[in-house]
Amino acid sequence: MEINGKKRIWSEYQKEIADDHFFYVRSCIRQSFFPGSEQFFLNFMRNVLGKDVYENPSHTTCTGIGYHGDIVPFSTIMTVVARHFALMKESGYKNIAISCVTSFGIYTEILETWKHFPEELEKTREYLYKATGREFDIPENMAHTSDIIYKFRNDVAARAKNLLINKLTDEPLKVVEHIGCHYSKMFPRYGVGGAEFPNVLSGMVEAWGGDVVDYPERRHCCGFGFRQYLVQANRGYSISNTTKKFSSMKPFKPDLVLTNCPGCNMFMDKWQYTIREMEGTTYGVDGESIPVLTYEELAGLVMGYNPWDLGLQFHMVQSEPLLRKMGIEFNNEDKYKTKDGRQMPIPENLINV
Amino acid sequence: MSDMGVNVVVVGGGVAGMEAAGQLARAGINVTLVEKEKETGGHVKQWHHLFPDRRNSMEVLTYLKHQIDHENITLLSGNTIIGFQRKGSGILIITNDGKELKADALLLATGFDLFKSERKEEYGYGIYDNVITSADLEAMFRKGELKLKDGGEPSKIGVVHCVGSRDEKAGNVYCSKLCCVTAVKQAMEIREHLSNSKVFCFYMDMRMGGALYEEMYRDAQEKYNINFIRGKVSEVGVGFNNKLVVKVEDTLAGRPLKMELDMLVLMAGMEMSEDGLKLAKAGKLNIGENRFFAPADHHFGSNKGNVKGIFYAGACTAPMNITETISHARAAVADIVDYLKTTSK
Repeated sequence: MEINGKKRIWSEYQKEIADDHFFYVRSCIRQSFFPGSEQFFLNFMRNVLGKDVYENPSHTTCTGIGYHGDIVPFSTIMTVVARHFALMKESGYKNIAISCVTSFGIYTEILETWKHFPEELEKTREYLYKATGREFDIPENMAHTSDIIYKFRNDVAARAKNLLINKLTDEPLKVVEHIGCHYSKMFPRYGVGGAEFPNVLSGMVEAWGGDVVDYPERRHCCGFGFRQYLVQANRGYSISNTTKKFSSMKPFKPDLVLTNCPGCNMFMDKWQYTIREMEGTTYGVDGESIPVLTYEELAGLVMGYNPWDLGLQFHMVQSEPLLRKMGIEFNNEDKYKTKDGRQMPIPENLINV
Repeated sequence: MSDMGVNVVVVGGGVAGMEAAGQLARAGINVTLVEKEKETGGHVKQWHHLFPDRRNSMEVLTYLKHQIDHENITLLSGNTIIGFQRKGSGILIITNDGKELKADALLLATGFDLFKSERKEEYGYGIYDNVITSADLEAMFRKGELKLKDGGEPSKIGVVHCVGSRDEKAGNVYCSKLCCVTAVKQAMEIREHLSNSKVFCFYMDMRMGGALYEEMYRDAQEKYNINFIRGKVSEVGVGFNNKLVVKVEDTLAGRPLKMELDMLVLMAGMEMSEDGLKLAKAGKLNIGENRFFAPADHHFGSNKGNVKGIFYAGACTAPMNITETISHARAAVADIVDYLKTTSK
């Protein structure tokens, strides 16, 4: 494989990512499923890098899950997004930082629609004004938060306490990187590195000392696919896609899966549990499952954060095998304790423990 | 010696330019043949065997070199034309090194560029070791060895038609016309080199609209056992055993296919050359939707440009094979001779 070929593609898909003063929009589900991720991002940006990241309490869902589930019309979601832009304008910000890949895809689709069909932009301005009396500007810069961590990946590396090196073998960790389909597959120019050989996550892995695994089903959907899962009768299709993906990566013996999409992380994590329960199949070495981390969680581990502060215990596939490889010390007694020391319920049937 | 006392500059020393230069010289016209490379011959000199009769391309090259071996022809190799303008009844042409050439007519035979296959990112050309182009395969044939990057012998080989042709995403909606027959020729040659190999051609439509093409296609199936699968390759990856994993839809069987191959050959299409595009911009020459030079009339003036005294020959106007290119070049010469007679009156 020729790395220069990838570098040539990456050079053609470099996007401008703002340096400071971000209007931050959260994901609907990330705070529940990976509660340390957004917290790490805000802490890293504000307290480590000293950047200005603003959150507006009036920000709502983008309704993307409803849109992709065919229950929210396009004109409605355009107006909801326009309201977010209005909040940004009212707050005095021009750079939007989006935590969710579904939302990021929604925003890119809407901006492209407005570019090619200006009448839709005018209609949306009218709808929003009639409904709320608000007016909005189109962001000067739009980035997914994985773009921003990519931009500052060397700042993470400079503060690294645990590089992506297997301390038991001194070999780089083998990392499967999986971008959400809606990050760049619809509009490759909005993603760092494009759609076929995206660089947003692989760039982080490289900067933090790991090796990226290129396996045949690298581009395949995680299995979520919205209607594949949201319609209950389709869930067999959802899990069969995940099975295909993990079967393809298994021979490469990856140490972890890195994602930038909440849906992908959730499904690649939880379907591993389900497949194991259904048929006893696991995809890691020695009967283990493969930990699936967000880029914020991985950045936090690299920088030496406590894994339980990063919320790794809230994944279905537990990260202990990875922590041991990275040489990270952890205390299992603290795993399910609140910050003030109260014991939380301990889940049953944890994987990889 | 020049009989007519007129000068024509021919730009491009490929098949069209060489044939036209030779024919003009024999008509008693002074010709300056400008070729950007050190050697004339264009794409043909990279090719091994030609369809439909599998003639060695060197024979065509020898013929063309003989054509330009004439006292009326001055060859400026290693030169390009950066601009031109009408001056009086003639044309003033500027070369890249600042030389001024005065001509009574200018014949553009700037040919085509092969589609840069790396633009079809999903096929991984330039990334995966054993994804090659039709041009790369010809180079292997010329060396007489068909090998994988690691020196091994491929046993399962795929051939992808329409790479950069009939492809809106690539910006080329037109058919490059020669890729299907090239694929058939190369598939047969692969089987001749490696008799135990299996060859799969992935096509959208088989466009075999030339003399003896259909017969080749029939032979490829009946005598060479080449598998033709109607469907477009969607993506290429590499498996743990370092074999290529190719996804394609078999549209006749109505099902997706995923297969492991040792090698994948991309049939790169033809695009207007970058040099031709620069000249079109510099000289305000019309180009078509396909970005090739747009002739003054598709039926009666396929060699004439929209600017007086400018003529075209060969694949700078549309994809065409060598036979058509030579005919087109000769037709350009007839138009130029007629034009020079008219303007000299």
